[in-house]
Amino acid sequence: MHFTVPLLADAPAQMLPARSQMAFTLASHIILVPLGVALPLITLIMHGYGLRRDDETALLLARRWSAVMAVQFAIGVVTGTVLSFEFGLLWPGMMGRWGDVFGIGFGVEAWAFFLEAVLIAIYLYGWRRLPARTHFLLGLPLPFAALLGAFGILAANSWMNTPRGFTLDSAGNPVDVKIWKAIFTPMFGPQYWHFVVAMFVTAGYVVAGVYAVGWLRGRRDRYHRLGFTIPFTLAAVLTPVQFMLGDSIARQVFHKQPVKFAAMEIVWNTDTHVPEYLFGRLHPDGTISGGIKIPQLDSILAGFRPDTKVTGLTSVPAGDRPTAVEATITHFAFDAMVGIGSLLLLLAIWYALVWLRRRRLPASPWFYRGAACAGVASVAAVECGWITTEVGRQPWIVYQSMRVAQAVTSTRSTTLWIMFGLVVVVYVFVFGSFLVVLLKMRARWRLADEKGGPQAPQEAPEADTPYGPRSTVGPGGDGSASSTGSRT
Amino acid sequence: MAVVLLLAVAAYACGGGTDYGAGFWDLIAGGAERGKRARWLIDHAMAPVWEVNNVWLIFVLVIMWTGFPVFFQRVFTAMWLPLALAAVGTVLRGAGFALRKPLTRLAGRRLYGAMFAVSSLLTPFFLGAAAGGVASGRVTAGTMASTDAWANPTSLLFGLLAVAATALLGAVFLAADARRFSAPDLDGYFRRRALAALAVVAVLAVITLVVTHKDAPHVWHGLTHGVGLVFVIVAAVATLATVWLLTRPSADRSRVSAVGVVASAVLAWGMAQRPYLIPTSLTVAEGAGAHTTLRWLGLVTLVAVVLVLPAVVLLYWLDTHGELEGLTDAELRRGGARDEG
Repeated sequence: MHFTVPLLADAPAQMLPARSQMAFTLASHIILVPLGVALPLITLIMHGYGLRRDDETALLLARRWSAVMAVQFAIGVVTGTVLSFEFGLLWPGMMGRWGDVFGIGFGVEAWAFFLEAVLIAIYLYGWRRLPARTHFLLGLPLPFAALLGAFGILAANSWMNTPRGFTLDSAGNPVDVKIWKAIFTPMFGPQYWHFVVAMFVTAGYVVAGVYAVGWLRGRRDRYHRLGFTIPFTLAAVLTPVQFMLGDSIARQVFHKQPVKFAAMEIVWNTDTHVPEYLFGRLHPDGTISGGIKIPQLDSILAGFRPDTKVTGLTSVPAGDRPTAVEATITHFAFDAMVGIGSLLLLLAIWYALVWLRRRRLPASPWFYRGAACAGVASVAAVECGWITTEVGRQPWIVYQSMRVAQAVTSTRSTTLWIMFGLVVVVYVFVFGSFLVVLLKMRARWRLADEKGGPQAPQEAPEADTPYGPRSTVGPGGDGSASSTGSRT
Repeated sequence: MAVVLLLAVAAYACGGGTDYGAGFWDLIAGGAERGKRARWLIDHAMAPVWEVNNVWLIFVLVIMWTGFPVFFQRVFTAMWLPLALAAVGTVLRGAGFALRKPLTRLAGRRLYGAMFAVSSLLTPFFLGAAAGGVASGRVTAGTMASTDAWANPTSLLFGLLAVAATALLGAVFLAADARRFSAPDLDGYFRRRALAALAVVAVLAVITLVVTHKDAPHVWHGLTHGVGLVFVIVAAVATLATVWLLTRPSADRSRVSAVGVVASAVLAWGMAQRPYLIPTSLTVAEGAGAHTTLRWLGLVTLVAVVLVLPAVVLLYWLDTHGELEGLTDAELRRGGARDEG
């Protein structure tokens, strides 16, 4: 099918705005994903712990986290809706030709998302009126719905990386679709587990980071200790797991998408005894400047032996591989992700050692400084991982089957630029507001904590009108259902 | 699958429509003081269910591109602008609603409230206009994004109808919510508005029938013959029933009949288009994706319905029985106070 595609030189003018907009909206959406996938689980663990130990502090934390979850999920819904619009607005070519081959993953995702929305609504609004045990049990399916949603999206994305499950007819259209093969493509397993664990690790560090900051500022009560320990432990336990998974997915890429692997490691010519570069820039003539060169290491990492043959970028025609700039971006993102991962691993080891030897949290402020940064760093790692997989696939939107240029919309590029500008403004506004709302919620809670007793609600008039059924009982967690926590 | 797609569109029209309608009434509720009670009710009534209502839209899109990729491609190419605007509207709306609640200052609430309300008006209009463009057969294989595809009588009327229908649903549901929260003044307030919206819907519907005669002959034919006609009659009957129910003391069933109006109108449109996805240029059979995919999509839908339906029923049941209520800050706080010192 290669001969049918136009050369990259006459790439349509729509490419740049369409790409920029897609990249921008996805990069924004992906910030919300870790919390969307993993915060329900973290909250439920805290909730279960609170119910089991009859711990009011834990229940308070769970309630507050569920409030964060709500705002986060709402923003996630709208940015997610935008993405599904954009598939049509920006890449009609891809959806028109391949929609029926790989769309089924999105179908799974949409339903899972639907289920998640329902469950979140019940969980969020059930605190006050539902019996404690019922409320907790209704929340339990939430993490599974989130995992199912991730399944759908990752199935679609991994299909774009290693498309399978169809044959092309004479006109180049996919026929004879085999759904099962299209979902479980070779990259699916590695991508899925790498992604899911990344989400848990990131969400754990982000949440723990908030309380680490509080700890550094001298707030060392049980509330902060608990708020830090549970998410951090989850993240720390999963960090080494993630390291193994990351290693495995890199090797999968080496086998299944050798050109992408070459871009990740900026390998120019196919060779054995390939050196590893930490950072460094690839030039269009194949030379590399800057960076740290470690002889032999790349071959060893790829195949455990120095004489492992690593495919280079020049193994395919120039039009079928990432450009030097794209390869450099991919390489930087990949190295940054691995670098952050390694630092997080060190942090997790520090935590584990102190815990095993002394049975307490580390006392060093440097540990908490590290933990406070870990949240931001892991979000950065998620972004880098996404850049690695998306830029590394260039110029293919469907690996070796359809170029990005063939999928792009025919709408005039000026219109696309205007749309992009509008979207940027709207997103900056929305995400700015999101942040402000979170900070306000935090400030309000802290104020409430410092003053002690229950505050006069500040959310008047809506929250405290005399209308509507109103219970005099406390929040859901006050019941005597201390035995339900064992389900976590 | 076309039936499932149509049902999903109908479900979105009803679920999302109610939601947009609430936004519409929010918009014209008046100043901060005068509209306070109406807005309070809107916030209270919508909060637990709005996300669910709007996820329908994602589902509609997914079915479109998985089940009918060519259709999806053509519609999104030709209807670029209205759909892009609808997308932007969706963001502003969701963000506006979600972010309005945690804010306490009036200025902030006004800003987000206005954002929420205005986009509640624009989004259904543009979605309706896009649907109208499809119905009038202006989308063909070669249609590029042009104003003609959506700025024409049928599209405009579909857009206006969409807005009126959302207003109707919104008012009917809000009146019911007002009864639930025992606010009789608001019950009357929204009932009057529901009747007004219903009148507008009816007038627009008649105009649409007249206009489509020339502008969208295929759909007009479908609406006046066979199954399409049946649904048109059902919609008309439901309209009358809604009027009757709204003027009675207990108007609880008006929700059912109002949903009936909108759903059967959407179904009538869908049936009138048969056998085309886009009248006279793309049939359902031509637009359909691979056979296996459709089977699997059906299966996924089935499994999902089995999983999701109980949850949705539970949500609406809990919601209508007053079991779902937001926590105030005081309640977030209560209980945690004891062991922190």
